[in-house]
Amino acid sequence: MAELREILEKLSNEIGPSGHEKAVRAAIRMEIESLVDRIEVDALGNLLAFKAGTGPEPRLKVMVSAHMDEIGFMVLQVEKGGTLRFGAVGGLNARMLIAKRVLIGDDRLPGVIGMAPPHLTSAEQRERVLDVDDLSIDVGAENDKGVDSKVKVGDYGTFATRFAVLSADLAWPTVRGKAFDDRAGCTALIGLLAERYPVDLYAVFTVQEEVGLRGARVAAYRIEPDAAIALEGTVCDDTPKAPDEDVSPVTRLGAGPAITLMDRSMITHPGMLRLLRATAEAEQIATQYKQPALGGTDSGAIHMSRGGVPSITVAVPCRYIHSPASILNLNDLANTVKLVGAALQRIDRSYLMRNA
Amino acid sequence: MDKIEIAKLLKQLVEVDGPSGVEGPVAAVVKELAKDLAHETRVDAMGSVILWRRGAETPPGRIMLAAHLDEIGLIVTKVEGGFLHIGRVGGVDHRALPGQEVTVYPTGPGAENYPNGLTGYIGGRPPHMLSDEERKKVTLLGDLRIDLGLQTADMVRVGDRAVVRGPYTELLGGRVATKALDNRASVAAMLGALGYLAGMKHDWDVFAVATVQEEVGLFGAVTSAYGVAPDIAVAIDVTFGATPGLSESETVPMDKGAAIAWGPNLHPGIVKRLREAGDALEIPYVNEPIPGHSGTDAWAIQVTREGIPTGLTSIPVRYMHSPVETVAVADIDRTARLLATFISRLDGTVLAKLSEEV
Amino acid sequence: MLELAKRLTEAFGISGFEEEIRAAIREEIAGTVDDVRVDALGNLVAFRRGTGGGKRVMLAAHMDQIGLMVTYIDEKGYMRFAPVGGIFPLTCWGTQVRFGDGTVGTVGLDGRAKRSEAPALKDMFIDVGVSSRTDVKQKVGDVATFIYPFVAQGNAWFASNHDDRVGCIVLAQLLRELKGAPISHDLYAVFTTQEEVGLRGATTSAYAIDPEIGIALDVTLTGDLPYATPAMEVAMGKGVAIKVQDGGMISHTGLNKLLIAAAEGAGIPYQLEVLLGGTTDARSMQVTRAGVPATCLSIPSRHVHTPSQLVDRRDVEGAVALLKAFLGGAISL
Repeated sequence: MAELREILEKLSNEIGPSGHEKAVRAAIRMEIESLVDRIEVDALGNLLAFKAGTGPEPRLKVMVSAHMDEIGFMVLQVEKGGTLRFGAVGGLNARMLIAKRVLIGDDRLPGVIGMAPPHLTSAEQRERVLDVDDLSIDVGAENDKGVDSKVKVGDYGTFATRFAVLSADLAWPTVRGKAFDDRAGCTALIGLLAERYPVDLYAVFTVQEEVGLRGARVAAYRIEPDAAIALEGTVCDDTPKAPDEDVSPVTRLGAGPAITLMDRSMITHPGMLRLLRATAEAEQIATQYKQPALGGTDSGAIHMSRGGVPSITVAVPCRYIHSPASILNLNDLANTVKLVGAALQRIDRSYLMRNA
Repeated sequence: MDKIEIAKLLKQLVEVDGPSGVEGPVAAVVKELAKDLAHETRVDAMGSVILWRRGAETPPGRIMLAAHLDEIGLIVTKVEGGFLHIGRVGGVDHRALPGQEVTVYPTGPGAENYPNGLTGYIGGRPPHMLSDEERKKVTLLGDLRIDLGLQTADMVRVGDRAVVRGPYTELLGGRVATKALDNRASVAAMLGALGYLAGMKHDWDVFAVATVQEEVGLFGAVTSAYGVAPDIAVAIDVTFGATPGLSESETVPMDKGAAIAWGPNLHPGIVKRLREAGDALEIPYVNEPIPGHSGTDAWAIQVTREGIPTGLTSIPVRYMHSPVETVAVADIDRTARLLATFISRLDGTVLAKLSEEV
Repeated sequence: MLELAKRLTEAFGISGFEEEIRAAIREEIAGTVDDVRVDALGNLVAFRRGTGGGKRVMLAAHMDQIGLMVTYIDEKGYMRFAPVGGIFPLTCWGTQVRFGDGTVGTVGLDGRAKRSEAPALKDMFIDVGVSSRTDVKQKVGDVATFIYPFVAQGNAWFASNHDDRVGCIVLAQLLRELKGAPISHDLYAVFTTQEEVGLRGATTSAYAIDPEIGIALDVTLTGDLPYATPAMEVAMGKGVAIKVQDGGMISHTGLNKLLIAAAEGAGIPYQLEVLLGGTTDARSMQVTRAGVPATCLSIPSRHVHTPSQLVDRRDVEGAVALLKAFLGGAISL
């Protein structure tokens, strides 16, 4: 598990907003090169890795995916005063923007998102959430000439969060970092590649999930899998709430891998659900169900590919996704690898049927 | 091909009406105009017009250009005497409708007596009849009516289309105002590119597609890209031209050339080569950052089949989605030349390099 | 057709959970087609081979109905839920819902909601009449919906799910009436799943079938309600509606012309439809692969997406007749 933590740390610290996943892809490629039989990069930048199965022919083709991209921003304009107007890449959480440190461009130029100090704003103004249209990034230049060579319109950026261990307690090992959605899933997928399975495994590190599940769509079309599992870092809203608030936490930290029953992009195939349930029971792995109807994942695109693909999403609960930093429990991550690995050992054609 | 030819193409293209779903008349004009520019022409199941310009004997690749043929318009939802209730076809700005002249295309009994359509007027209650408060409110689309000036309109039925008139008007500075610059300006640029290519050598096969139904869901792009299955693609559309009152970060300067888009929707290797073509021609162009959905056919084409490296060149237009859309004709010509040069520079090494550049 | 209508409207089937309605339809169409199969998304694909020389035609009617999915069960046994498909909150409070196993519940409104304002789904819960979580048989992920007995009253048919069981009724009835008839076209009668959550079943089944023509059978709204907004000419009882445009697609003009000609030729009353919001499986069929000429035949319906929906049986019969007339001849676009 120390290994999973190291991989997560490395991936979390890379910059990779939707459309600019190069650095993450390079880091992942280094980790998996020796673990797979073949690697390809497609027209959108998906990293497709193939690992042949050990079972008798004809073998099932199973696609397991995790997305490399994170939410971030793009520089839209260099203002006369040297500050940068920016736009959101993916679903940026406006409440989290002000007073943050950011990194811009492949050279990771430091900048800050500032705002007018409280002394100079009215109580009324302070009620309003400032969004990208109201804010600028300050990289320290005095005017637009001062930024010229260092930053260009179109440069991508993310929050400057560094990975850190919060608790080293083996019963409750937690870490903090950016982009656990979905570097957690990428880490789990790398963990799965340590083994070989009876089935032919297509491990796909997808791009552009955050802007519409776009990488997964073309990868699934190309691969034509018999079944698919998407690995995610998902909403974990288990912080203390007011008594009159809706009580469901969506998922809970430490309660194990979260299985999707239904979200806005997919209603899970009953056979794949049977597979994960049977596996969890046989392996005695505690799992939870993600509260239905929230969010969407790459499975949303994959299950609709061509004539349809039995699919499911298994996720690591992450607090504060889509904010500068998330928190996850490494046991949940390790158990996700364990659960999905066992499912890949177990899967057969009976699970592709809707009825048992 | 030159700027004067391009202006002529544009005028012919905007003077015919073709809202989303009924693009036939515009498709016919495109086919006619393309007679000497393409080696073969076909129309697919959705109505998109596919013009094929042959490259080398064994072309190293196939490039698809896409410029949508359809314009926004109106559709009749109910006939009430000589008055028509209307709905939208595409993103019509209802604020621009009161006081506009329209052409209605009837398909009911007796419609054959009106081969060029019926003239109608979208009026509104006179200010004398309105309170101060009412005068400040925008009339909702559901409350607008097309007045045909007739007592009954049996020749019109539910589902008939109407288009707002916006005649081709030359302004100062080489600018033109007309309806349907979105997206006939791009169709003109695309035909212009084919015209320029006729005087150049190009190895790659070119499929110039005038797509249908972009305004209602990019449907023509989805299906034509699937059918053509190109190796790379460049969409051509219009973008928001800089206008006093609009923020610089949301618009593109007028008369400074095509906007070459950059962002998740666009393949970096295609963008690079579009910029290089502009540099080689020594013509002005603008870099347009788009952090998400480009709002164009490029969005659909990029995720067709196994994925297609896609680019987007846009022509700056003011007052988009109104009958007074305004463009600098020079920008249409620059776009045409940029595309032709980009295509002529494509060779047998491009495809392999693209996967390194993503 | 009354027995068929009753059977299909009283069968349970929510998006993603269509097992019961699929089994019912399968039985009702037995013997009318050459092959029946179920695909990865649960679509029921019934294939009727043509005599030859015709087109490959896909007809789609969706089996799924909107409903509610249990998201959380509190200690008292009250079940919070999320909508599956487009549920209007106004139609929920105080209605009775039923789960697949027959368990019945009432949708209650909790104390946070102001009785004088329009309620929100998050303030509601399903009450199955117990006092503790341990007495509840349901689990998170279970689904329930409004499902009441079918009633025929004059020309009016009442059901909780005419959207789109009436489309399924038309399609099943068509297959029965075509039995033994010489039709040149290969017909794929697809009873689709998950239309209400994004036309999902139609998307994948259309890809697999790769039809040359696509016709969806669904309901449409009417303009014959008091103060109808927006204005619509479509009215119940005035004939099957041929869709020109809706909120998600524009029908193929040539295909509509053929249907209009078939209707006029056979003396079948029809209406032309422009629907400003909403769409149907026709949209998915149209954008499949390289594109498919597609349209939708709509049954005008009042009170769509409420627990008590209405159609006029003459419109239903008209739809069957129109399809028979259309499929009975050659289709040339």
